[in-house]
Amino acid sequence: MAGVAVSTTINGDNFEYLCQPDETLLDVLRDRLGLTGAKEGCGTGDCGACSIILDDRLVCSCLVLGAEAEGRRVETIEGMAHGDTLHPLQQKFLEHAALQCGICTPGFLIAAKDLLAKNPDPTEEEIRFGLAGNLCRCTGYDKIVRAVQDAANVMKGA
Amino acid sequence: MNFDPRFAGRNFTSVGTRPIRPDGVDKVTGRARYGADFNMAGQLVGRVLRSPHAHATIRKIDTSKAEKLAGVKAVITAADLPDLTDGDAAMYDILDNCMARKKALYDGHAVAAVAAVDARTARQALKLIEVDYEVLPHVTDVDEAMKHSAPVLNDAIFTEGLEEKPAKPSNVAKRTQYGHGDVHQGFGQADFVVERSFKTEQTHQGYIEPHACVANVSSDGTADLWVCTQGHFVYRQHCAQLLGMEASKLRVTSSEIGGGFGGKTHVWAEPVALALSRKAGRPVKLVMTRDEVFRASGPTSATSIDVRIGARKDGTITAAEATLRYSCGPYAGMWAELGAMTAFACYRLENVKTVGYEVLVNRPKTAAYRAPSAPMAAFAVESAVDELAKEVGMDPVEFRIRNAAREGTRSSYGPVYGPIGIGPTLEAAKNHPHMKAPLGKNQGRGMACGFWFNFGGQTCTDLNIGMDGSVSLAVGTVDVGGSRASLSLVAAEELGIAYEHVKAVVADTSSLGYNDMTDGSRGTFSSSMATISAARNAIKILRERAAQTWDIPVEDVVWEKGHAIAKGEKYGNLAALSLKEIAAKSGTTGGPIAGHSELVADGAGVSFATHICDIEVDPETGATRVLRYTVVQDAGKAVHPTYVEGQYQGGAAQGIGWALNEEYIYGKDGRLQNPGFLDYRIPVCSDLPMIDTQILEIPNPNHPYGVRGVGETSIVPPLAAIANAVSNAAGVRMTHIPMSPPRILAAIEAERGD
Repeated sequence: MAGVAVSTTINGDNFEYLCQPDETLLDVLRDRLGLTGAKEGCGTGDCGACSIILDDRLVCSCLVLGAEAEGRRVETIEGMAHGDTLHPLQQKFLEHAALQCGICTPGFLIAAKDLLAKNPDPTEEEIRFGLAGNLCRCTGYDKIVRAVQDAANVMKGA
Repeated sequence: MNFDPRFAGRNFTSVGTRPIRPDGVDKVTGRARYGADFNMAGQLVGRVLRSPHAHATIRKIDTSKAEKLAGVKAVITAADLPDLTDGDAAMYDILDNCMARKKALYDGHAVAAVAAVDARTARQALKLIEVDYEVLPHVTDVDEAMKHSAPVLNDAIFTEGLEEKPAKPSNVAKRTQYGHGDVHQGFGQADFVVERSFKTEQTHQGYIEPHACVANVSSDGTADLWVCTQGHFVYRQHCAQLLGMEASKLRVTSSEIGGGFGGKTHVWAEPVALALSRKAGRPVKLVMTRDEVFRASGPTSATSIDVRIGARKDGTITAAEATLRYSCGPYAGMWAELGAMTAFACYRLENVKTVGYEVLVNRPKTAAYRAPSAPMAAFAVESAVDELAKEVGMDPVEFRIRNAAREGTRSSYGPVYGPIGIGPTLEAAKNHPHMKAPLGKNQGRGMACGFWFNFGGQTCTDLNIGMDGSVSLAVGTVDVGGSRASLSLVAAEELGIAYEHVKAVVADTSSLGYNDMTDGSRGTFSSSMATISAARNAIKILRERAAQTWDIPVEDVVWEKGHAIAKGEKYGNLAALSLKEIAAKSGTTGGPIAGHSELVADGAGVSFATHICDIEVDPETGATRVLRYTVVQDAGKAVHPTYVEGQYQGGAAQGIGWALNEEYIYGKDGRLQNPGFLDYRIPVCSDLPMIDTQILEIPNPNHPYGVRGVGETSIVPPLAAIANAVSNAAGVRMTHIPMSPPRILAAIEAERGD
């Protein structure tokens, strides 16, 4: 199969790559561009471990083709911190121990960032439904919800 | 070694605080490298061909077309993994499970594998492999498999543990029995007897990271394996034995692990990846898909359990009996035995008897799942205990307190307990505000207890002090949920330095002595014991160096708060030397300063928990909602309390999923119908409430700081606690897990006579 040439923006940087027409954006990120922060937990859009933001929309990158990134803006976990300054969500996930194994963490952080961008002051229920597309098997979600609540408070005050 | 592991009370400085974990920043920035995040130059993609049949003889496998496909570098079958197990039946089962030899024994059983230049070519190659199957009758249900009419999976299995060897082979691999006293006599003394049968369906550990590894076998016979595992030393042993290598020639590096819960204690793909790499002469990366994870890895047992318990009018249990049948997949296991051991471990019983049957079925080989086998046994026993309390007319908590095991009780599985936490967790639950909170319409409250042994085992740790006074701690127990933080706290505590100056890493198999796996809640328990021992050995050297500097006898030097102090008035002018000062001069006082420890961590303190939950049941649909959940558990000593809470909450959440939703569903064709997270639904954020925790600390007398394992017990009570809550809410006793809406609705309708 002939490769598709793609120009896109990832975390503010311009990228150009060739990918196969049936190749997922997740595979492009991980295998071609070395951005392994997004994880493949299922490959069917059920676990959210591969969450990224595509033109301000939260998506599972395993359900997006690499070719679909043409001319669009991609945000991944690798772009969340600014230099050595963590995003408030990253900092609060650490402080609340909102991760155990950490495999779901990049997806949760991206999903939470998208949630707070759209709803800066969510209720607990809104957080729970907002993050219902991301599976965590370690924490029971308690500390994740608290970390997001705390980060929302910090970001409101900022 | 003169290390004394006995508990000695002390005031802690670091232990019990809640610092940020050392691997935290990498995990929130996406930099942490898990199984699938590692690559090597020239790496090939490995893929596995799996049986679509539940039970079939493999007549012939033709790989010639696949081998000819451009880009395919190796194709292997069982012929490439010859039997080197030398009569070791358990290892043979592992080998056969990695790659089917004569028969495919379950839907998803590996039959061949390829390594190719990319994933697409590998997938195409799998389609070109021709397998000639003779499909055989199959059985997937645990009770059906025990019937005389059931197809027998393995003609060489004659039930072990019977007085006489049976005349015919069967699917019952083993019978085990535990208990003491005379249950017949005990039931004769009972005023009330409850007798019930229960079933639980098979569940998967559900770790979000699929199994993944990169294998690189060199032509000189050495090899490297990068893999997500709970026990890289055990993986090394198993892989080396199956591939005919010397263990020291195989270096296994454990990646960050994206969840295991017992499911990453067994090799599946790793020997296959190594065999592919050996044949292709190139590195091979093998990552399971989620479908493969469900069909071929994990899961836990499906069970069928009968329970009978009798009590006097005053609420004293006089006899308890259970028969437990656990599915093992197609190979013998010890799953029913663990159920038989744990079933009545919470109680003080004069007459108790449990019998376990290990049952072979055409399902994936059962793997450990967090306190393996205990949750199902607890579900059955704690449900019956609740019913019995009702019959007697006692509050369920009071009834349990009356019969709870205590120090000196002979446990139902044999040993006599030391100081234990079952009584205190029950008292704490009784006094918890949750117990007194009002309930609404269609809402029920349930509680239940749980027990887990906790393991110790072989442990090896190195502690190296740098010339700048910072400390590297190399441990061999994989960090599954924050143990690098807890072990750094322990090293800081023992040395008397700040947590920030300790960096803990998980060393590879070539850099440290053998360690058992992180299982049985042993990670922090055993490695903290080894860390304390290593630190004390380092302190001995630090004292010697100080004595040398001062030119005084080492006996006069003590170690306090991170400093060597010359003890005695005659040394009044000697200023204390800090660890940092001693380390800075180490190059001229005798060289590097380190402490090592090799030990078997005996005396893991048993663990108990009591859970309380409130459930609302919709009587029209059978749907449930978890309204409130509280975990009370004994930690011995919580080294990093936040991560202890995390273990309590995580176990409870897994138990909630098991109790209400999760199950393997097999079709009549013996194929798994729901091998994905859409149809095998684990709890999501909106399914759960906050999970309250209460940590009790009843010191383990066999650990210097009193630590007990905390990882597993939290999954033991939820099935029963939720079943009791649902039964109270719905007004009908639930006996089949998961209590999915159709099962609850059917039970309600049967009770109403609809």
